[in-house]
Amino acid sequence: MNPPVIQAQGLSKRFVNNEVFNDINLSVNKGKSLAIIGGSGQGKSVLLKCLVGLMQPDTGKILFDGEPLQGKHIQKFFDSFGIVFQGAALFDSIPVWENISFKFKYSGTHSIKARRKIASQKLDLVGLPSSNLDLYPSELSGGMQKRVGIARAIATEPKILFFDEPTSGLDPITSNTINNLIRFIIKELGSTAITISHDLNSIRTIADDIVLLHKRKIEWSGSIDTFEKTKNINIREFIKPSST
Amino acid sequence: MIFRFFFKVGALIFNLFFIIGAVSRFFLEIIFTGFAPPFYLKEIMKQLYRVGYTSLPVVGLTAFFTGGALALQIFEGGSRFNAESVVPSIVAIGMVRELGPVLGGLMVAGRVSAAMAAEIGTMKVTEQLDALKTLSIEPVKYLVFPRVVASAISLPILVSVGNTIGIMGGLFVGTTRLGFDSQLYLLNTLEFLTIDDFTSSLVKATFFGTIIAIMGCFNGFYSKRGAEGVGRATTAAVVSSSILILASNYFLTEWLFKP
Repeated sequence: MNPPVIQAQGLSKRFVNNEVFNDINLSVNKGKSLAIIGGSGQGKSVLLKCLVGLMQPDTGKILFDGEPLQGKHIQKFFDSFGIVFQGAALFDSIPVWENISFKFKYSGTHSIKARRKIASQKLDLVGLPSSNLDLYPSELSGGMQKRVGIARAIATEPKILFFDEPTSGLDPITSNTINNLIRFIIKELGSTAITISHDLNSIRTIADDIVLLHKRKIEWSGSIDTFEKTKNINIREFIKPSST
Repeated sequence: MIFRFFFKVGALIFNLFFIIGAVSRFFLEIIFTGFAPPFYLKEIMKQLYRVGYTSLPVVGLTAFFTGGALALQIFEGGSRFNAESVVPSIVAIGMVRELGPVLGGLMVAGRVSAAMAAEIGTMKVTEQLDALKTLSIEPVKYLVFPRVVASAISLPILVSVGNTIGIMGGLFVGTTRLGFDSQLYLLNTLEFLTIDDFTSSLVKATFFGTIIAIMGCFNGFYSKRGAEGVGRATTAAVVSSSILILASNYFLTEWLFKP
């Protein structure tokens, strides 16, 4: 079995009087794809922000490659992951190619030509023609923005990929395309992935393992096969609407 | 009833101190992150264009009409004491010491502070600030510091140009409407202005420029979620920077021109 790439141990988070989640433990092995599911307001996005270091958990720790995220290891972690935000979060003021290669913009290691080449390659990988390189995000459709967001996340060929509701706001056909693309990207790069979603189709296409966040705790965890067969009432509730 | 009154007053005072604390912390963060490498010089240049160059028409027009109106008012007021000849000197001193920096600051606050709050606020609600962090770019350093530097550099230049245009406005009205000789008007103007007047104008403008950028960025950074939150941040940016400009103008005047 591959070793765990990212682990969360005893994570808790609270906003003033509102406890978001408590004592969250999870572990994702190398090359595996984990989906964190749950209803609205269950703290999925806050958990993701804690996992990527955008928020500090109140208690608990996060381990990357077996080491806690502190000191120089934090920068190593930041250089090892890519994230696709719910609304793509592309920078409006710069064109597509600069968005994709933004990580290299201030590194001083890549010329403009090299950055354009990387952007073109990644755009090709997400199925968009390079004629889009010089367009601005506002000139793209929602699905195209998501693809560019994925291209930006994979620009550095990261070890870990995070997806926050990758199909929200997209029509079913585009959602399917994005789901298949994510699965393809994960396999192509051999990355470990963590996806936040409540889209059942996404989960079935992307995930190897699933955890259900319910009432501030991890209510259930298991593989995609056991997910379909489990008698856990909350999982059944989750699956039921789409099967009827 | 009385308890509720004191509770409300207490909450108000607490909020005020909370905001002062938050702005001070934000300012320190700008200083500590901004003066450490890497430096985003391209971003500073971009902001210099946005804050400085594009504000020139607004500041110029405001200064021209203010200078003209000031000449008319002083001529009318001065005629009551047979002191019409003071028009050039009062217009010059009034523009350079007070109206140039204050009106220039307020016009730029309306334009730039609102734009900064709206831009950064939108970036926040669309998770672009989070995206920057995940790409190892510190948002305060990348977005705020260049805007503060550009604003602190641009405003003295804008105000200097505005002062000149304001004096020219006074000259235009003085010669076309009030019967002044243009050469005499300019000589009177130059005779009364001192280096201290220009220095005070530049000091005030630099201070106002910094206030404008900090309040614009602060309100954008701490805007609440959604379009309404960005709208509120924009309004708060303009109101807070305008009030701070007017209040600090008094204290700067006290400091620069001790009676």
